Amino acid sequence: MGETAKKTVLYEEHLALHAKMVEFSGFLMPVSYDSIIQEHLCVRQHVGIFDISHMGQISVRGKDVFSFLQYLIPNNLSHLTNGKILYSALCNEQGGIVDDILVYQKSKEDYLIVVNASNTHKDFQWIASQAKRYSGSKVADITPIFAFFAVQGPQSLSLMEKIGFKVSSLGYYHFVETKFENDPVLISRTGYTGEDGFEILLPKALAVSLWNRFLKEGAPFQVKPIGLGARDTLRLEPCFSLYGHELSDSITPLEAGIGWTVDFSKEDFIGKTGLLNNPGTRRLVGFEMLDKGIPRNGYPVYKNGQKIGVVTSGSYLPSLGKNMGLALVEGTNDIGIPIEVEVRANRLKAVTVKKPFYVPLNRRKK
Amino acid sequence: MSSSVPEDLKYTQTHEWVRFNGSKAVVGITDHAQHELTDIVFVEPPKTGKIFEAGNVAAVVESVKVASDIYAPVSGTVTSVNTELEKNPGLINSDPYGKGWIFELETTDTGENLLDAASYGKLV
Repeated sequence: MGETAKKTVLYEEHLALHAKMVEFSGFLMPVSYDSIIQEHLCVRQHVGIFDISHMGQISVRGKDVFSFLQYLIPNNLSHLTNGKILYSALCNEQGGIVDDILVYQKSKEDYLIVVNASNTHKDFQWIASQAKRYSGSKVADITPIFAFFAVQGPQSLSLMEKIGFKVSSLGYYHFVETKFENDPVLISRTGYTGEDGFEILLPKALAVSLWNRFLKEGAPFQVKPIGLGARDTLRLEPCFSLYGHELSDSITPLEAGIGWTVDFSKEDFIGKTGLLNNPGTRRLVGFEMLDKGIPRNGYPVYKNGQKIGVVTSGSYLPSLGKNMGLALVEGTNDIGIPIEVEVRANRLKAVTVKKPFYVPLNRRKK
Repeated sequence: MSSSVPEDLKYTQTHEWVRFNGSKAVVGITDHAQHELTDIVFVEPPKTGKIFEAGNVAAVVESVKVASDIYAPVSGTVTSVNTELEKNPGLINSDPYGKGWIFELETTDTGENLLDAASYGKLV
């Protein structure tokens, strides 16, 4: 473990809960407290709480920020009203993905951007360097000020209400700035699991007491603390992308299956020319193993004996009881295509399948 | 976290255990190892009849997060593998020294180079 690994404000709480700690993106984080499978199923069936304080927050404020952000991101900021959140890729000039981000509009002069922990510094540098052209834009990395929790699962609303957060009318991808006791908190109806849920940005000083309150008040709902291991399998089932796996500086949003965040009708944005000239030829496909074996990041993928790409993420998926994954491949985007995944020098049979593997709550037909 | 280290077994630095019974050596992974790996979801056993030198990769055990190599603690020929693990790999978690055994070797090695319970217990 690196000596410089940072600890979140909940570090001691994780140790007290017997978490296995790993270094992730420069932070010592819980990978699991007990069993990844049990934590995963708890979020699908009940409710789980996650310490996601490692994630980055960047504040962008000033009178020109609407036009600045409209130029910065490929998605269209005019979808936002105050209190709404927009998912977008953040692209470089070539159209490669710098990060995937959430943009919160407090007002047209005040935005919060939530970014991946592994990219906080890179994103801040990138956004600040681009902002120089817009004299009225102030960009600040405010990550160190806050703790960040996710509360996810079918019982998440009941638990939030029990603790005193009045969030039943909060819509998906909306947020509210409110108070908990006397402290300011920002609550959004967002998450990375495919279940109903909330994310809470709060002052560090409040974090330990609120974390323990969730565990105590959540006991009747069978709440569990959830580590990064289950966070990964929970996001893979609904096929949510993870930076460094499905997304990178050398993968375009069109290849990664998040082309819907790119609005070519906008007059200009960073990466527009690059994406129009070179949208990328690979596609992200979902697949299920037919032979016995677990696909993992980096394993080669073959079709008719030809190498067509690599696995970006793969795992045993606890809700489905299957070994499945995502792969970035050339030449096919269809489902039902026989492929082979090379696992320890053996080519194992697999087949491409429909994404998502697990239908997220917001996409479920009533 | 204290883990169980039975007295009658021999151990490796890489967290395999061996139970000698005449010329047979039954191999599995320790309670400490299963606890570190958490939920075992897949086991790739060796083929019966395969010959290993001590230290060769003989099997792979996969948890949700990682694939881990299992090394042959002694040289020998695989005489049997635990086929129950195909259906229920979690036996390694629930009963690492019993129903969670992984493979059996025919060997002439008596395990002098392996750790006894006291030495292994100090490692974990």
